[in-house]
Amino acid sequence: MNRRRAVNGFMTAILWASAAFLVLLLLAILIYVGVNGRQPLSWEFLTEPPRDSMTRGGISTPLVGTMQLVIVSMFFALPIGVVTGLYFAEYSRDGLFTKILRLAIRSLAGVPSVVFGLFGLSLFVVTLGFGSSLLSAGLTLGCLTLPLIVTASEQAFRAVPQDYRDASYALGATKWQTIVKVVLPAASSTVITGAILSIGRVAGETAPIIFTGAAFYAPDIAKSLFDEVMALPYHIMVLATAGVNIEATRPIQYATVLVLLALVLGVSSVGVVMRRRLRRSGR
Amino acid sequence: MKGNVQIRSQNVNLYYGPAKVLKDITFDIFDHTVTALIGPSGCGKSSWLRCLNRMNDYIAGARVEGEILIDEHDIYARDTDVIALRRNVGMVFQKPNPFPMSIYDNVAYGPRLHGVRSREQLDGIVERSLRGAALWTEVKDKLTSSGIGLSGGQQQRLCIARAIATEPKILLMDEPTSALDPMATARIEELVRDLKKNFTVVIVTHNMQQAARVSDFTAFFLLGELVEYEVTTKIFTAPDDKRTEDYITGRFG
Repeated sequence: MNRRRAVNGFMTAILWASAAFLVLLLLAILIYVGVNGRQPLSWEFLTEPPRDSMTRGGISTPLVGTMQLVIVSMFFALPIGVVTGLYFAEYSRDGLFTKILRLAIRSLAGVPSVVFGLFGLSLFVVTLGFGSSLLSAGLTLGCLTLPLIVTASEQAFRAVPQDYRDASYALGATKWQTIVKVVLPAASSTVITGAILSIGRVAGETAPIIFTGAAFYAPDIAKSLFDEVMALPYHIMVLATAGVNIEATRPIQYATVLVLLALVLGVSSVGVVMRRRLRRSGR
Repeated sequence: MKGNVQIRSQNVNLYYGPAKVLKDITFDIFDHTVTALIGPSGCGKSSWLRCLNRMNDYIAGARVEGEILIDEHDIYARDTDVIALRRNVGMVFQKPNPFPMSIYDNVAYGPRLHGVRSREQLDGIVERSLRGAALWTEVKDKLTSSGIGLSGGQQQRLCIARAIATEPKILLMDEPTSALDPMATARIEELVRDLKKNFTVVIVTHNMQQAARVSDFTAFFLLGELVEYEVTTKIFTAPDDKRTEDYITGRFG
C-alpha cells in the first residue's frame, strides 16, 4: 500500500518535472536571447539595412526578405495544398492511388529540410533556370510546407458536417456547387488557421534557402522575383559563422534571433488563438 | 378524401450491397395529403423516403429495383434529371441543419442554385417561404443574422422554409421533431397540417401520437415490408393486420 503510494508520488513528480523542464527550457532560451539581444533593438534596427560589413546598422533587408519568402511560398503552396486537401476529403476513394498519394505526402513531411534545399537547387535554380532567387527559394519553401497545408485543409474539409452536404444535395445542388457554396466557406477559417501555422515554419527555415536564393549580403531588398534575398535565419547564420568580425556582431546576432523568434512565435500564436476561437464557436 | 396519385411505388426493392432493405413496396400516395410512415427502427421507412428524392444515390452499394413514379414519371429512369427531381421533392432532415450563413441566404440557397438572381424576386421568395414555415414574424427583423443562432425549433422551421423555397410539390420529412422539445414539436405539427394545402407531405415519425395527430394516411413498415397502408383513423382504431395492432398498442418497437 505504502509502496504503491510512493511509486505513484514518484511518477507524478517525474511527469511534473518533465513538463516543468520544457517550460523552463523555453523560458531560458527567451530570457537568454532577450537579455543579450535587447541592447541593439530599436525602431532603427528594424527599419535600416546592415552597414559596415554587417557590424552595424539594422536588419530591414533580411526582415523584408523573410516576409517576401513567406508570401511567395504561400502563393505557391496554399492553392495547391488546399486543392489537394479538397481532393482527399471530397473525391478520393480508398484505392491504390489514394494510398500512394497519402504515403507520398507523409514521406514529404518527413524529408529533412536540407534535402528540399538540394531539390530546389536542382529543379528551380538549375533546371527551370530561375537562378538563385526569391522565386526559387520561395518555391522551395512552398514544397516544404505543402504537406502541412494539405493535411490541415483535409482535416478542415472533413470537419464540415455531412448534414450540410445532405441539405445542399437535397435542394438540388451538384457536388461542385455544394463544395463552393457550403464546404469551402464553412472550412475557410480553419484552412486559414492551418496556413498561418505553416507560415511560422516557413519563416524559420534556413537549409532550404541557402542554395536556392538567400543572399549572404544584398545592398537592397529584392525588387523582382529573380533577385536574391536576405532572410532572417540565414542572416543569423552568416553573422555567427562568416562575418568579418564575429565578436563585434554578437549583439546584433542576438537581436536578430529575438526578432525572428518574436515573428515566428507571434504568427503561431495568432494561429493558435484563431484555432481556439473556432473550437469555442462550436463548429 | 382520396385525390390524385402523386407518388406511386411499384414493387420497390432496395439493396445496400447484399442486404435487402426494402421488399416489394407497393402503394400510392395522394396529392395534398399528409402521409405518415411509422415502424420500429431499421424497418426501412427512412430508406424508402430517401428513394423519393434519390438521396440513396450517395450510399455506396445502394441499388433500387422496381419503379417509383412521381406524377407518372419514373424517377429512376435514365432520362431523369436528379436536380430537377430534388427541386420538386424537398426534404427536411431529422436534425435541424441550417447552413452556417444568414437566415436570408439559407432560404435563398435553393432558388439561387436554380438560377434566380434578381434581388427583388429573391426577397419575395424568402418572405413567402418564411411565412409558409411560420417563421416570418420571428425573424423578419434579423434576416442577415446567422441561421445557427436560432433555437432548435426555429432552425427546423428555417429548414422547412429553405425546402419550400424551391416550390416543390412534395415535402419529405425524416423525423423532423425528434431533436426538438414538446413546444417546438407542437408548432411543427401545426405547420405540417397547414403545409398540405400547398404540398404533398410524407413524414417519417417514431411517435405514433404524432402520426395520429398530423396525418391523413399512415403506412406501417416492418422488417423492410409494408405491412399496412390505410387512412390514419382506420389504422389507429381498427387495423387489419395483427402486427400493426401489436405495434400501435406498444407491444413491440
